[in-house]
Amino acid sequence: MKSVIQRVLVMPVLVWLVATLCFFLMRAAPGGPFDRERAPASPEVEAALRARYHLDEPLGRQYVRFLGQLVRGDLGPSLKYRNHSVNDILRQAAPVSAVLGLLAFCVALGIGIPLGVWSAMSRGGMGDWVAGLVIGVGICVPTFVLGPLLVLIFALWLEWLPVALWGSWKTAVLPSCALGLFFAARVARLMREGMLGAWNSPFVMAARARGLSEFALVTRQAFRIGVLPVVSYCGPLLADLLTGSFVIENVFQIPGTGAFFINSFFSRDYPMMIGLVILQSGLLLVLNLAVDLIHGRLDPRTRHD
Amino acid sequence: MWAKLIRGLPATVLCALAALGVGGLAGCGTSDRADLVIHNGPEPETLDPQTLTGQADGRIGGALFEGLTRFNPTNGEVQPGLAEAWTISPDGRRYAFQLRTNAAWSTGEPIVAEDFVWSWRRAANPRTAADYAAQFFYVAHGEAIVTGQEKDLSRLGVRAVGAHRLEVELAQPTPFFLDLAASRIFAVVPRRTIEVWGDNWIRARPLPTSGAYELIDWRVNDRVRLRRNPFYWDAAGVGADRIDVLSGDNAVTALNLFLRGEVDVIADKKMIPTELGPELARRPEFPTYSYLASYFLRMNCTRKPFDDVRVRRALAHVVDRRRITERITRLGERPNAALTPAGTAGYEPPAGREYDPEAARRWLADAGYPGGKGFPTVEYTYDVGARMQEQIGVEFQSQCREQLGIRVELRPLEWKAYLVDMSRLNYDIIRSAWIGDYNDPNTFLDLFLSESGNNRTGWRSGAYDGLIGRANATLDRAERFRLLREAESLLVMEEVPVVPIYTFVGQFGFDPKRVSGIWANLVDEHPFWAIRRIDTGGRR
Repeated sequence: MKSVIQRVLVMPVLVWLVATLCFFLMRAAPGGPFDRERAPASPEVEAALRARYHLDEPLGRQYVRFLGQLVRGDLGPSLKYRNHSVNDILRQAAPVSAVLGLLAFCVALGIGIPLGVWSAMSRGGMGDWVAGLVIGVGICVPTFVLGPLLVLIFALWLEWLPVALWGSWKTAVLPSCALGLFFAARVARLMREGMLGAWNSPFVMAARARGLSEFALVTRQAFRIGVLPVVSYCGPLLADLLTGSFVIENVFQIPGTGAFFINSFFSRDYPMMIGLVILQSGLLLVLNLAVDLIHGRLDPRTRHD
Repeated sequence: MWAKLIRGLPATVLCALAALGVGGLAGCGTSDRADLVIHNGPEPETLDPQTLTGQADGRIGGALFEGLTRFNPTNGEVQPGLAEAWTISPDGRRYAFQLRTNAAWSTGEPIVAEDFVWSWRRAANPRTAADYAAQFFYVAHGEAIVTGQEKDLSRLGVRAVGAHRLEVELAQPTPFFLDLAASRIFAVVPRRTIEVWGDNWIRARPLPTSGAYELIDWRVNDRVRLRRNPFYWDAAGVGADRIDVLSGDNAVTALNLFLRGEVDVIADKKMIPTELGPELARRPEFPTYSYLASYFLRMNCTRKPFDDVRVRRALAHVVDRRRITERITRLGERPNAALTPAGTAGYEPPAGREYDPEAARRWLADAGYPGGKGFPTVEYTYDVGARMQEQIGVEFQSQCREQLGIRVELRPLEWKAYLVDMSRLNYDIIRSAWIGDYNDPNTFLDLFLSESGNNRTGWRSGAYDGLIGRANATLDRAERFRLLREAESLLVMEEVPVVPIYTFVGQFGFDPKRVSGIWANLVDEHPFWAIRRIDTGGRR
């Protein structure tokens, strides 16, 4: 319990460190948010723009201002999307990415875990070979190939599902599958390795000696230990999925946060970039803690207290 | 208890998450289709007509806010907007606009001349930080206000005489002023809303708009929903009741949406995949059209060897424009050795330096580099992103090597780094482009005035400044064009700080059997109010 409290207390410090690093690194990149192909109408106009967003202040004062806003939960105005604040954009975009991420997470685990178990259980046989092929292809085919491929087959040829956009369950099928399948292959590989390790361990042999059925051995004994690598992977995976995928959201024109990760850097939208980094790092820390807690419950060897 | 929970955990968690996900979908997005769906390309950065700069922003901004004049979508010429008539003084410096008596905000209140005065002062005020504020240099005292020398905004040359008469005094006769008056920055904006909401005024609901549409909803990176403004003076001429303007960055997705009938119009050329553009252009659904935009190279005249005009002339002669437009851009772009596109307001641009390797070799030898001997390796800078930029660089590089025996290295830069290097003159040769703001050669030629912030070549010419100045002070159209032609000739034939390559071509996506109201025009103005779906008795 003590270690959990310690970790919770350290979290804001880590987030602050990451945000600080991002704050200074972004400003070190060449060019600024208001550099355009067209020169500003006058130096006064440019100065007014910089003053409006306090970019005319010394870096130290900008940083203190940023920290003050951060403490109040205000991530500041977007420098690219000038009619919106970062909070406003995240309020609109983050739930979309989170929904897509949750569905993709379900696809990744729902397919990855059974596939991994099946592969491990039929080790060396035809099932293992087929599963290995599926896993291999899944790992090799990136989302920017898989997404358009699914669109081609299910939206353009068969016309079963929409090609893009967001708003109904139909629009969610292809993107969550494209995103989920990519990770399902990784989950399956981890699951297979975990199950194989557990299958050969002494406690499974002892359980077998006690006369447990193969089914019970798999579900009650081996699975509990075999799933641990997958559980460890779930923290970063979920943090990654919940904060949006640039490729999938771009291919399916989904209004999530994914696009902002890339665009905010290229447009030097400092507050937007920092907001996203805070969101991602915060989620990663929380989910890693959750994973460790679940880990401890599943495997007594990893309990700290 | 825990053991049971843990055993059932994976399935329980998965089911809960899936339920959460599906449940969450209900709260995200819009599913009912508007009367017209337009794919507009990138997410608008702002919809404030006075501070917007992007083309995508401008298309929506123009639907929401109107000025004294507006563009005729069939030919791009100006026609009455919120002003129904005007008179121009004989010296071309005073305009008197008669506002429509039925001009009204989308909330029903009347639009009066004082609204225009306030709006224009706001746009010219440097504190508004409008990038396009330089357009107010043409209005009396506008330049002094925009550059901060004049703090009294009331000195701007615009005044209301009663509720429906607006008088404008210009700094000099400006033959394209009526075109300017139709541009976004001269639109009328709602004073009271802006005073209450400040910088966030565009998010006020209801938002009083002066254009054909009012803003109903704006979901970031998804869509802007517009509804016909019932109080618009020409509400009967507005094509669609509701328009969904979609935002997206993926051209293939935009094309797929169009092919599946989920999008009626692709309004942004960049949303038609570059590789497929020339192939698609053969179909009636993807027409192309020339517009006022030029692709050219800038040479850094402050650096050796480009400080030598003979070197610049030599390089201008090795650009094979036809090869670039036929093999690389392939959308029917018109090769242009002059900076101003042909057809600009009836102006005839001068001949530039055409592809002529023999002349190029002569000029280079004349400069002291016969056969390219002793010529330093120079860099060709371009922005990464569009593959075409690189291909044009490679073409230029190979022509320089083959025809002149000189070595050019390609220098790709990320967009912002590219802009910084261009403005700081940290380049040898840099690819450039310019989209005209109004239908007049001045929109291209004033870039290269010595004091222009857009010059970015380090080239300064008193003779050029003088010619442009004299041209813009004269009322005689033929004489004005003669002076401008002389100036442009100095730019592209004599001094050559820039090497023009071609005039841009735009491309739409719309099915002419299902959608009407889109015409090719030089000013690239295709207002939403004119676009309408043709009733085909059911969607395809």
